[in-house]
Amino acid sequence: MKKRENLLLRRHGLQKSPTCIQGFDEITGGGLPKGRPTLVCGGAGCGKTLFAIEFLVRGAMQCDEPGAFFSFEETEKELAANVASLGFDLNDLVRRKKIWVEHIHLERVENEQSGEYDLEGLFIRIHHAIESVGAKRVVLDTLESLFSGLPNPLILRAELRRLLNWLKAKNVTTILTAERGEGALTRQGMEEYVSDCVILLDHRVDNQSSIRRMRVVKYRGSTHGTNEYPFLIDQDGFSVLPVTSLGLNYSSSPERISTGIPRLDTMLTGKGYFRCSTVLVSGTAGTGKTSIAAQFVEAACKRGERVLFFTFEESPSQLTRNMRSIGINLEPWVKKGLLQFHASRPTLYGLETHLTTIIKLIEKFEPAIVILDPINAFVAGDNQSDVKAMMLRLVDYLKMKRITAFFTNLTSSGENIEVTDVYISSLIDTWLLLRDIEIGGERNRGLYVLKSRGMAHSNQIREFRLTDHGIELLDVYVGTEGVLTGSARLSQEMKDEAEMASRQQEIARKQIGLKHKREAMEAQIVLLRSEFEADEMEALKAIGIDKERNEHFRHAKEKMAASRKGDVAEKTRVARKTGTRRILP
Amino acid sequence: MKTAKSKLKTSRRKSAPAKAKGDKWILRLYVAGQTSRAVAAFKNLKSVCEEQLKGNYRIEVIDLLKKPQLGRDDQILAIPTLVRKLPVPMRRIIGDLSNTERLLVGLDLKKHT
Repeated sequence: MKKRENLLLRRHGLQKSPTCIQGFDEITGGGLPKGRPTLVCGGAGCGKTLFAIEFLVRGAMQCDEPGAFFSFEETEKELAANVASLGFDLNDLVRRKKIWVEHIHLERVENEQSGEYDLEGLFIRIHHAIESVGAKRVVLDTLESLFSGLPNPLILRAELRRLLNWLKAKNVTTILTAERGEGALTRQGMEEYVSDCVILLDHRVDNQSSIRRMRVVKYRGSTHGTNEYPFLIDQDGFSVLPVTSLGLNYSSSPERISTGIPRLDTMLTGKGYFRCSTVLVSGTAGTGKTSIAAQFVEAACKRGERVLFFTFEESPSQLTRNMRSIGINLEPWVKKGLLQFHASRPTLYGLETHLTTIIKLIEKFEPAIVILDPINAFVAGDNQSDVKAMMLRLVDYLKMKRITAFFTNLTSSGENIEVTDVYISSLIDTWLLLRDIEIGGERNRGLYVLKSRGMAHSNQIREFRLTDHGIELLDVYVGTEGVLTGSARLSQEMKDEAEMASRQQEIARKQIGLKHKREAMEAQIVLLRSEFEADEMEALKAIGIDKERNEHFRHAKEKMAASRKGDVAEKTRVARKTGTRRILP
Repeated sequence: MKTAKSKLKTSRRKSAPAKAKGDKWILRLYVAGQTSRAVAAFKNLKSVCEEQLKGNYRIEVIDLLKKPQLGRDDQILAIPTLVRKLPVPMRRIIGDLSNTERLLVGLDLKKHT
């Protein structure tokens, strides 16, 4: 803590008193200037008193800095009742001497002036309060009431200047609140007395919904965020969300997460969406956008990831009931605390408030995945550019927080479906498009991946069916008449089957023919073989006769030689050789 | 703060004529220390009372430096403040009471002109 203070001192050159108000210390780099007065101004009902009292209460509870509250408008009782709605027990803090609350009653009619006066009475009261509780923080709400309660503004102005210097010398951090005036920050020109820090609160109405904004008009000796920041006042008090200060410097993740639909994963190169990416599902009414979201939610919860589901059109119970009809049961995950629904009507409050609420809930729940269903619900009238700006900030914020965002968007039929009402297509990493395919008197759902950054996704249209066991993706037939789905696809399938069967028969027929041919051929071989055998037998027979004849001839010759007693051995051998040659081939 | 030369006692007994019949008027003067303005206020008040309400009044001087909690109880901001406790209704006059005309009007001793 000490180290942090030193760091702040070095960085900002000015000691600061933390307000402990969510987000405010971030824009001001640590809080209000310590030991100096700060002017908080704004119109009626903009939250000045609340800001001031939260500064005191949080100071007393979280920073161990007691405070004194001087109310010129509300009594102690009224104040305690007002802040009780924010969960602060003012009476208890007063009892424990952490906070001093004092009502300063002023009524002009009671005061007749005779001669000069000063505000020493006020000084003494403030001093007494500071001494009683050891206050380090003082709130004067609304000091300007002095002007309506006491005569002689000249004296008052001089006294106010003296009071502020006196408070500075006492080194208490002071908040003065003031009503916003015509053409000036405050009615009585309080800003000329308070030169250190001026904060402007604003509560305006746009398109019948209110937006609270705040701006640090001036902060002497310190850098500060200069934008108008939206803020919220809810059951946890004041919270400011400096979401405009985001940029494009977030890191990306190579991790992939399943869509919950196996075939859709396959379309996205087999692995699903990128973690920390922004997914948009758009389509006309009833094409199953919420179902795809629910399937994704279920898959995420099964992995043990936390999911925050913002629904702007259905109540959580209606949504879970509807999802149960397609076999997705979300209730157990809600009970386990992995899934949280947040339902609100888009018209309930302004865009800024929606954004701040969404961000606040995200900060609280710390989900891995955020679903917004649907985003076009915010579009009313001609606020498209505002919605786009809001979505831009939300997407930047989610990316910075490394949260996977899943939006649905309803496209009105007849429009170009590849354009969203919100014109945020450029922010989207993966865009799934659902469309109706009307064919043969039927309406069927088709799904395709319009774009998916960083992956070679499928270019195929799939038929998309909601079954009682979740979402199913089927192939569609693409022919000359367009894609075929539903019963047209079924009849095409039957046609295909019939064709296949007839082809099978053809093959069988051909095979039989072949068999017959083979049999004929084999029969012929047998015939030829028997013919040959007959010939061979004949030939061998002839050879045998020839051999015998030769033998006879030789015998006869030998006999003749023997009878002649001649030498004929040589001639016989030659004759034998020539004889064999003639026969064998 | 400058201390005035003349003494200003902050007791209830001081300057109360304590007549049995008196005390119809009770005037309380709130000051913060013995400043010249406080002293002047007391003087101015005293002289008006002597002139208009002789023997029929009581002035109580309260120093908030000594009893700061009374500032809250009696809702005092401006110093000096004169409060007419009695007769009712209560009246408040702020300032050093140097404008006698205004003081008289404030105390209902004279109608607005």
